[in-house]
Amino acid sequence: MVIKIRFERRVSPPKYLSILYVIISILSAFFVSGFIFKAYGINPILAYRIIFTHAYGSPSGIYETIVKAIPLILCSVGLSLAFKAEMWNIGAEGQLLLGAIMATGLALFTPTPPSIIVPVMFIGGFMAGALWAVIPAILKVLLNVNEVITTMMMNYIAIELVRYLIYGPWRGSKEWGYPITDEIPDAAKLICIPGTRIHIPTLAIAISTAFIVYLIIMRTTLGYEIRVAGENPEAARYAGISYLKISILSMIISGGLAGIAGVGEIAGIHYRLRYPESISMGYGFTSIIVAWLGRLNPISIIIASIFFGGLLVGGYVMKMILGLPVAVVYVFNGITLMFILVGGVLSQYKIKLRG
Amino acid sequence: MEQYIVEMRNIVKRFPEVLANDHITFKVKAGEVHALLGENGAGKTTLMNILYGIYSADEGEIYINGRKVQISSPRDAINLGIGMVHQHFMLIDTLTVLENIALSLEIPFWKPLDKIRIKVEEVMKRYGLKVDLDAKIWQLSTGEKQRVEIIKIICRGAQILILDEPTSVLTPTETKELFKFLRKMASEGKAIIFVTHKLKEVMEVSDRVTVLRKGKVIATLETSETNERMLAKMMVGRDVIFELEKAPSIIGDPILKVEKLRVLNDRGTIAVKDVSFTVHSGEIYGIAGVAGNGQKELVEAIVGLRRKISGKIFINGIEIEKLNPRDIGEMEIAFIPEDRRMGYIPNMSVAENLILRSYNKAPFSKWMLLNYNAIKEYAQKLIDEYKIVTPNENVMAKLLSGGNLQRMILARELTIGKKLIIAVHPTYGLDVGSTEYVRKLLLKRRNEGSAVLLISEDLDEILALSDRIAVMFEGEIIGEVEAEKANIEKIGLMMAGVKEGE
Repeated sequence: MVIKIRFERRVSPPKYLSILYVIISILSAFFVSGFIFKAYGINPILAYRIIFTHAYGSPSGIYETIVKAIPLILCSVGLSLAFKAEMWNIGAEGQLLLGAIMATGLALFTPTPPSIIVPVMFIGGFMAGALWAVIPAILKVLLNVNEVITTMMMNYIAIELVRYLIYGPWRGSKEWGYPITDEIPDAAKLICIPGTRIHIPTLAIAISTAFIVYLIIMRTTLGYEIRVAGENPEAARYAGISYLKISILSMIISGGLAGIAGVGEIAGIHYRLRYPESISMGYGFTSIIVAWLGRLNPISIIIASIFFGGLLVGGYVMKMILGLPVAVVYVFNGITLMFILVGGVLSQYKIKLRG
Repeated sequence: MEQYIVEMRNIVKRFPEVLANDHITFKVKAGEVHALLGENGAGKTTLMNILYGIYSADEGEIYINGRKVQISSPRDAINLGIGMVHQHFMLIDTLTVLENIALSLEIPFWKPLDKIRIKVEEVMKRYGLKVDLDAKIWQLSTGEKQRVEIIKIICRGAQILILDEPTSVLTPTETKELFKFLRKMASEGKAIIFVTHKLKEVMEVSDRVTVLRKGKVIATLETSETNERMLAKMMVGRDVIFELEKAPSIIGDPILKVEKLRVLNDRGTIAVKDVSFTVHSGEIYGIAGVAGNGQKELVEAIVGLRRKISGKIFINGIEIEKLNPRDIGEMEIAFIPEDRRMGYIPNMSVAENLILRSYNKAPFSKWMLLNYNAIKEYAQKLIDEYKIVTPNENVMAKLLSGGNLQRMILARELTIGKKLIIAVHPTYGLDVGSTEYVRKLLLKRRNEGSAVLLISEDLDEILALSDRIAVMFEGEIIGEVEAEKANIEKIGLMMAGVKEGE
């Protein structure tokens, strides 16, 4: 007898499902990714054990996981706001790089007094990231240009801009011709937790931003407007909520936070502008997954960021110990996103088997 | 034993907290128009969705032509010769009529549209259904869209037609045409299931009628052996007042004055042609007319959702260039929109929906911070006052029934709008009980001195409520009559474009 699977829409999906499907999605992603390890002749269980023990099993692993989680939190919290407003910002990567460029530029080439250079970098980085995000927002609002494409393409412009700067005008004078800038002055370097690379100011900004954005979404008139506009643009029009204001504001915040992440990477980790792929290991892209994994809730996003930060750390360990390409991690990321998106849809339905 | 083409036996369908279908047995013969009558939430649509394979029944059996069947998807239903016209049309706006019809058929590889066109034209000719096959869906009126859905189903060779509240989107003339078509289909031996809550239509078109209430079958009757009053009582479970008591109106100051207003529609052609009228405090001014004759654009221009190209609008004696919808609250205007989907946010709570007009004002917010205590208190008060049926104020609006959603919108709008009430199809799709409630409320507000602009395609509603009635045709007001002197034939003629005295 043929077994038929049928889907029936749930009137109101129970609460536990929303957590359950996230867990099932991740487990499914692990399962499917297992075949990739298998193809490399590595026992998937062993591979996952290595990833998790190195990411979460030792103090140094946990420190590194947090280092990676910082930019993820900033980018994905910003994205959660934009996604709530139905602005599909795929450009956090580029917005982050713009923040990095701005931070480097301010630290190296302006006579900013050392006492205020750090806040100036953060503000500048926010503005640069916001600028990068607001261009697609304006195109969308005025000319109805699809923001998915423009934000995506702005990434490549940002990447090439970094390349141009490090190969061209900003190439360091003391760096023997390597395509990197000079090191930023000590005053511009962020304080780290001793013995780690955890840059305290950015971490503090990231965590507090998550809570602030949560409050903005849930407790302010702006958040209310964003939710109305995102959920039902017609109702927003009816209530006189300005689509223009919401779109642009949500993109400014989203881009700005990615920009701050970029400042953190320069002033906390690298101390100079270098290859774009060294500054950001795809944080801007991974944060899209993190935002969805956290179901666009900034508090859940903190947890999701730590999870994905760990995977990035584990990915590097895998490369060193097992000789696997880091791309395996990105493959896993992609598989996870697909499962989460599909799971999100499926959790709206009852699945019935009938013999 | 009599042969039934459709037999649904002991159908049970449970939803969380609701027993939508409680052991329903429903039988339809070939060649009859069978009305399925019930209030919103009686379980009509659920039952039909089970027959069409959208839901599966928890218990019960379905027989088609005497054979037991499993219907697990609309595809199964279509293969069994069942076709359904939903309340919301399943059409693609940017494609042409022909392309939409083609999508539901088997598409030949070579010159597909030419071959399908021949078939479709044949069907249209046979049943007297007229639509421009090369028009894009978005250019059609709602009545025409429905016709496309029907053509789709006939082309697929359906023997059993389900129409879910088909007349709620039609004008009186279109309804007549639909009924004529339904009778023709039935005379050819097809079975028609006509889902409705309108008693008049049951009497007019059906051979038999099954009445549902709260998920149960109350009775299945020969239409000729029953009457409206009897059906109403079975449907609602109590006697229904058909005549509303209307106190004489005490006309006050002009509240809304429109002078030579000219407005464009989305396609850039003139939708409202130099329309002028005045609505006073204490009166209901009804605008009748077939949908698509400029009513929508007229209202949108008044509430500031659309730009006017010329003319003047005065509210409370002040000329308004373009109202910002944000200021509607300050001006004490209530606006009940035509499309309910515009008036609420499905995924936000009832409380949050209730403050859509006033979230940025005290006491609901201060310095951009929302005050949830005040919002909760306000929501509970309105839920109470307007008898919105919901477990609490934190429930998502999408979980409310149609009637309760409308109550929610009314509660929000009428609380802020005491001076001027603009109501577009305020009872659209509502059951008898809710309709009665909404109409009484509008009359009460009129008696309390609000000015009411009522726009409706439902002539009975216009006649029952209005003090003065205007008829809109092709963007113009072609006649205005006092309600006492109005008669339905005269207004019906005007709706078709025949001017007074012609």
